Amino acid sequence: MNRRDGILITILLLTAGILYMIFSYADGQDADRVVVTLDGELYGVYPLSENKVFTVETDRGYNVIVIEDKQVYIKEADCPDGYCMKQGKIRTGQESLVCLPHRLVVEVESTSETEGQEKLDAVTH
Amino acid sequence: MAKRVARMGILTALAMVFSYVEVLIPFSFGIPGVKLGVANLVVLTGLYLLQPQEVFLISLVRILLMGVLFGNAASLFYSIAGGTLSFCVMLISKKSGWFSAIGVSAAGGVSHNLGQLIAAMVVLGSKKIGYYFPVLILAGIVTGVLIGIVSDRIVKTLGKLEPDGIF
Repeated sequence: MNRRDGILITILLLTAGILYMIFSYADGQDADRVVVTLDGELYGVYPLSENKVFTVETDRGYNVIVIEDKQVYIKEADCPDGYCMKQGKIRTGQESLVCLPHRLVVEVESTSETEGQEKLDAVTH
Repeated sequence: MAKRVARMGILTALAMVFSYVEVLIPFSFGIPGVKLGVANLVVLTGLYLLQPQEVFLISLVRILLMGVLFGNAASLFYSIAGGTLSFCVMLISKKSGWFSAIGVSAAGGVSHNLGQLIAAMVVLGSKKIGYYFPVLILAGIVTGVLIGIVSDRIVKTLGKLEPDGIF
């Protein structure tokens, strides 16, 4: 390891830290709805405050999504890796549940999300 | 030519064994989807001892074969995106002459994760998973440095041998 390696690693660490702070700042509001995207297309929007259990089923497989106590998690799925279940419970706008094999994304948003999204774009572009 | 093909075949097999070991024993860091990437040892070491196009072919063939054997179409796409981007970044950072194998490997680890994340954003049509990037940078640094340390030893040891006596 030489000095330039150290500089490179420091820059990468700083980038990670700065990006993390920008993302936290850009999306600090409390989320109030659950957005499910399948294959890049909107599948459904559900209020975060209502407890609900539902299954998203396609020919690729199924995921059982649970909304409970203002948190969302994937309880059951038949994907080969099971990563979607291991991602745990999410409740803020910075987190998402992703099931790559089923091309499923579950995100939590606030209703004023569009505003936050524009703010983020302005910072990152 | 025959010697080159044989050498590439052996190294592709070695990379596949490394990948397979990781399928059997996942070196997980507690982050979903993050793995050590032991197969990158072959790519990284290869950059120091072989022609770049040979290394690229080894990497690509390994990804294709592992994808066909153990993955699916989606995982293959992510692997190719990550593998190609990290190969290019490692080649450039190695050619720059600025970094040791550890720096090259860290750059490769981070760009591998970036490539996969971008592929996932394209496939899933979601910009939001970009929030995952800071975590993936950290993971890329850690795995990259670990692989880089090992590769550095291998290059130094093999470098003492006759250039053509290695294979």
